[in-house]
Amino acid sequence: MVELKPDQYRGIWVYLEHRNGAIFKGSIQLIGEGGRIAKELGTELSGVLLGHGIRDLAQEAIEYGVETVILGEHDVLKEYSPNAYCLALAKLVKRRKPEVVLFSASKNGRALAGRLHAEIETGLAADCTAFEVTDEGLLAMIRPAFGGRSLAHILCKEHRPQMASARPNVFAIPARDPSRRGRVSRARLRLSPSDIDTEIVAFEEFPDVQEVKLEDSAIVVAGGYGMRGPENFRILRDLARELGGAVAASRKAADSGWVPKEIQVGQTGKTVRPRLYFAVGISGAVQHLAGMQESDVIVAVNKDPRAPIFEIADYGIVGDLFQIVPKMIEELRAMKHDGGEAPSPATIRT
Amino acid sequence: MGLKIIVCIKQVPKAQELRIDPKTNTLKRAGVESVINPPDRNALEMALRLVERHGGKTVVVSMGPPFFDASLHEAIGMGIDEGFLLTDRALGGSDTVPTAYALSKTVEKVGDYDLILCGEETTDSSTGHVGPGMAGHLRIPQITYVSKVGLKDGWVEATRTLEYGLETRRGRTPALLTVNFGCNTPREPTLLGKIRAKRGGVIKIWNAADVGADYSKIGLRNSPTVVSKMETVVLPERKGIILDNGQRDAVSKLLGMLADEGVLRVG
Ligand SMILES: Cc1cc2nc3c(=O)[nH]c(=O)nc-3n(C[C@H](O)[C@H](O)[C@H](O)COP(=O)(O)OP(=O)(O)OC[C@H]3O[C@@H](n4cnc5c(N)ncnc54)[C@H](O)[C@@H]3O)c2cc1C
Ligand SMILES: Nc1ncnc2c1ncn2[C@@H]1O[C@H](COP(=O)(O)O)[C@@H](O)[C@H]1O
Repeated sequence: MVELKPDQYRGIWVYLEHRNGAIFKGSIQLIGEGGRIAKELGTELSGVLLGHGIRDLAQEAIEYGVETVILGEHDVLKEYSPNAYCLALAKLVKRRKPEVVLFSASKNGRALAGRLHAEIETGLAADCTAFEVTDEGLLAMIRPAFGGRSLAHILCKEHRPQMASARPNVFAIPARDPSRRGRVSRARLRLSPSDIDTEIVAFEEFPDVQEVKLEDSAIVVAGGYGMRGPENFRILRDLARELGGAVAASRKAADSGWVPKEIQVGQTGKTVRPRLYFAVGISGAVQHLAGMQESDVIVAVNKDPRAPIFEIADYGIVGDLFQIVPKMIEELRAMKHDGGEAPSPATIRT
Repeated sequence: MGLKIIVCIKQVPKAQELRIDPKTNTLKRAGVESVINPPDRNALEMALRLVERHGGKTVVVSMGPPFFDASLHEAIGMGIDEGFLLTDRALGGSDTVPTAYALSKTVEKVGDYDLILCGEETTDSSTGHVGPGMAGHLRIPQITYVSKVGLKDGWVEATRTLEYGLETRRGRTPALLTVNFGCNTPREPTLLGKIRAKRGGVIKIWNAADVGADYSKIGLRNSPTVVSKMETVVLPERKGIILDNGQRDAVSKLLGMLADEGVLRVG
């Protein structure tokens, strides 16, 4: 094989993850960011779709801004399996030589990229929150490090493609334009059923939990392990209702099965940036802070005065949440009865 | 015959102790203890339970500087049968590509395994790429983000947590699983276990040549990625007004201050 120099690789690829006939939001967000990078590098944006019977998705991708869809359809790819998808991507990358491949940092996206980067021996940055093109035309893949205290700029200088996964909901969804036209390039893939390494034998979908989406809510009321059990989350839901906010949880509360995983905030959950974040019975581990430390105003309720959450709180009350939260609800209700206006400080300060 | 399960563990700074210096907005690192990467302890526990149920042997593997043997000792103390520490100056500065490669050479050298268990990700580099990378090198099935596992007649079945639900997958063994933090309660080392670790002979030290790793594929020089810059994140200043619930009207005061901030929408 003839060795190629880095500059012989061209084009930006976005791997488009999909399920039940729709492209994932995180992948669509990457179409926008990938397009921006492609423009800056003066190159083309392609979207890679793997699966079976997914032609319709190509049009969707084009309407969001993909110029060329690389469509890899095969029986073996009907259902996602890490090995078959990794082999398919490895073949496409070796054949078409893109300079950048971006994944959404979903669980499957990260694990697939992780397998692929070892297979083709190239650099991979995880869970990036920003990208910059350097003066040398390299992609700086930027990700939080040390619990979000620092941002690491990662470069992949000699190896190609430069690969990264990007944290969902960091980049905006680009405008969809049904009049956009693009190219669909079918990829011939030689795969065998024995390439399927694992198969799904059961699936239990998480129920749709809240009307107000966590990511879009201006006020978030989050509960942690200090809530002691699922039934107690009711008082947080009441508080959230009074405030017009959404309920969230720490990983320890979500892992305990008290609330759906979907509302977990943190490094391995969602990132939120509301106007007001209530942390109730949450200790404030770095992995939790990583998902909420950019909130405008942070309020903590915790019985332990040394809990690290107080170190990043604007306001806090040290005490038993089972006394404090019901009192808050009561007072907020009383304020409403007093005229339904925002409370004037004079009326509630004694 | 019984199973053979290899658990890959990494030693990391104790995250729970990492605190921010509010003055300099940097991490307080001095005197921070090292521990086994938390999800890796869940992986150790998972391996021990599987072997308790099905019979067999557990092995722990780690790659890193010689002082990483502290976490191998702890694993042996928990009941793991045997440990291997891959340590070599040439491995210094490895990113996930050489790490996955060198660890896959190490487990090949250990040999004859049914399962390899890794943690979902580490608290210091938090990529989650090493496990899948190893599975790729070894060309074995991978099931990531697992909380529950079953084994039967050369098949593994495991339940994984995805964004939208719980998925159970099945694959042939040998396979590599990555294990969720918090999916079980890891046991503490026992006195007997600690004595066993201390007595010696259960932990072997290997260098890159011992496991047949190619020196042109490991270390900083053979890592595709470099960190070109570290930016300090300047987080918003926090007011730090902390009331005590014992204080009269703490709740009213708090709500009053939030109203003053203009962040309350009552009514
Ligand atoms: C790889 C990895 C990824 C992770 N990802 C995440 C993530 O995405 N999100 C996340 O949140 N965590 C994550 N974690 C876990 C994190 O390290 C902490 O374990 C977790 O955030 C702790 O949750 P908690 O604060 O609810 O529980 P705890 O740490 O147990 O804290 C409970 C708090 O409640 C207080 N409390 C108890 N009772 C009361 C009461 N009656 N009134 C008032 N206060 C009370 C206690 O003082 C304590 O501070 C991750 C960990 C690892 C290793
Ligand atoms: N140096 C290492 N030695 C042994 N196992 C490792 C090492 N680095 C990573 N791992 C394993 O790979 C998992 C994921 O690590 P990472 O990809 O660094 O987030 C860890 O939980 C470990 O199980």
